[in-house]
Amino acid sequence: MVQGRSRRGIMDWQYFTELFLGGLTRGSIYALIAIGYTMVYGIIELINFAHGEVYMLGAFVGLIIAGVLGIMGFPAPAILVIAGVVAIIYCAGYGYTMEKIAYKPLRGAGRLSPLISAIGMSLFLQNYIILAQTSDFLPFPRLIPDFDFIEPIAHVFGSSDLVIVVTSAFSMAGLTAFIKYTKMGKAMRATAQNRKMAMLLGVDADKVISITFILGSSLAALGGVLIASHVGMVNFAIGFLAGIKAFTAAVLGGIGSIPGAMLGGLFLGLSESFATGYISSDYEDVFAFTLLVVFLIFRPSGIMGKAKVEKV
Amino acid sequence: MKRFSGLVIAACLTLLTSTAFGADTVKIGVAGAHTGDLASYGLPTANAAKLVAKDINAKGGIDGKQIELLIQDEECKPEKATNAATKLISDGAVVVLGHICSGATKAALPIYTEAKIVTMSPSATNPELTQSGQYPTFFRTIASDDAQAMLGVNFAIDKLGAKKIAVLHDKGDYGKGYAEYAQKFIQEGGKAEVVLFEGVTPGAVDYSAVVQKVRQAGTDTVMFGGYHPEASKIVSQLKKKRVNVKFISDDGVKDDTFIKVAGVDAEGVYASGPQDVSGLEMNKAAKAAHVAEFGSEPGAFFDAAYAAMQALVNAIDKADSTDADKIMEMLRTENVDTTVGTIKFDARGDAEGVGFSMYQVQGGAYVELK
Repeated sequence: MVQGRSRRGIMDWQYFTELFLGGLTRGSIYALIAIGYTMVYGIIELINFAHGEVYMLGAFVGLIIAGVLGIMGFPAPAILVIAGVVAIIYCAGYGYTMEKIAYKPLRGAGRLSPLISAIGMSLFLQNYIILAQTSDFLPFPRLIPDFDFIEPIAHVFGSSDLVIVVTSAFSMAGLTAFIKYTKMGKAMRATAQNRKMAMLLGVDADKVISITFILGSSLAALGGVLIASHVGMVNFAIGFLAGIKAFTAAVLGGIGSIPGAMLGGLFLGLSESFATGYISSDYEDVFAFTLLVVFLIFRPSGIMGKAKVEKV
Repeated sequence: MKRFSGLVIAACLTLLTSTAFGADTVKIGVAGAHTGDLASYGLPTANAAKLVAKDINAKGGIDGKQIELLIQDEECKPEKATNAATKLISDGAVVVLGHICSGATKAALPIYTEAKIVTMSPSATNPELTQSGQYPTFFRTIASDDAQAMLGVNFAIDKLGAKKIAVLHDKGDYGKGYAEYAQKFIQEGGKAEVVLFEGVTPGAVDYSAVVQKVRQAGTDTVMFGGYHPEASKIVSQLKKKRVNVKFISDDGVKDDTFIKVAGVDAEGVYASGPQDVSGLEMNKAAKAAHVAEFGSEPGAFFDAAYAAMQALVNAIDKADSTDADKIMEMLRTENVDTTVGTIKFDARGDAEGVGFSMYQVQGGAYVELK
């Protein structure tokens, strides 16, 4: 190991770029999932621990659709798009239903009860997949083809990295535009600021909350399909670690802030990649969670979060 | 004082054993867990010993002398194992089949070593037992915990010509153990260097940073200790990032799920796995004899125990003596056909030709490499 490091100069730009791009891919996925956490938190101050499971469900739906379409002989890129869209619709439905069943009845029941309900939901969904599908690892077809134009740099940044980063960037830009320029977006911002006041002014808070869950779950499902076809496998447990990492990213960025979740995701992905590349992958998780602790101590409101002003 | 009395006892015992061959029977000790939580590990060995003894006795015994089994239960507990060893020696055991658990075996071995009694375990896999060189009278018919790493390293260096090896693991006991032994053997061998030694996080969303690191280190061969989910992710990311290296792993990866999940990326991957001995005629016959005698399928370590008993009986027969040195010489030089194949023992006491084989994924299935 020592021999390897000595050959690698401090200013090895190619190696740096490789790690940077790897971190970018990883960070994009974290960001996609983190947005769901942060949106829900922003509006109803709930940490939705079942969110990672929605990501896992998205991957499974994608797998089933890809299997069916594969038999019918569709080309891989078409399968990717259709599987992605179906997974998004299906998981949007899941997010909507989950909110109605597990969280809505507990609104106004203090903060702890919905949290416990979220953990229950997470366990329920994992076990549901074990029973309905399998507890074993399943292969996920490689839906992202090798593009010819990227072949010269495929060793650094392959087509699946490209697809992940571009899709994430577009969906995040779309979400930002939605929140900024549409009426529903405005209602969401209003509800996040002060739910009671927004309701007094005629905002349908229940609808806003439902839309929030639908949007968050859609992004998670998209992330699930993308990463599953990137790594080529799915399992009922993949949502747990991804969920924890995304939650970390959301907190790093400032929970409740959507640009914060994007930044936090990228920040976490890049730090993990560099920590692995320059220190050791033995400490990848140690590094990620140390970062979380340090942030919680010195900047609890995160990168983009504002220090909370007491509402009088 | 204690030490002194120990020597006296040992001296007396040695005298006793040296007279044993003069008696009408050849006494063979069998020690292991026959009651308690781990009885299921020890009883098949006792059964194997009974079957071999019955078989040999029916054919006229060893040089005309009948085999008499001395069976001692020690529940796999180290403190009981020392008592069992002392009892067996005082009862005149020529050789001992046992013990079963590594911990109990380690506790009992100093007593056998001092009394110079050949012992052979079918199941104690702790590498130290043979490699430390402290127990010259100890043998075993099971591969030690580091055998897979040894096989993998030798294969990488001798067969694949590996020069720069990256050793990766999944941070678990099993995977990290394999990786640490592999690193040790590579460094001791001096023919190749370990360019990277790292643990990866199981379940991480991707391993691209580790893969880049493997490339950066100028690796030609990756050795991975762990299970198939991480292995298939690493293998496919290596392919994806166009890192052209050979991939060698352990029996956690020699699993059909690996091929199913990694798909085409699995092609060419090497993994070690237990040798398949179930097809041997002797193996089938021993199992059938167990069913006929005890009315059930044999349990854990039965094959290795049967083989150990066969090897011991053969060595006593060929040595024409109960002298430990002569028995040991026969064990090391004479090939013997057993239920785990044709074996003899190396200088440290490990059975040659026992344990693991190297397999390679060829055309979507693991193929044993001869």
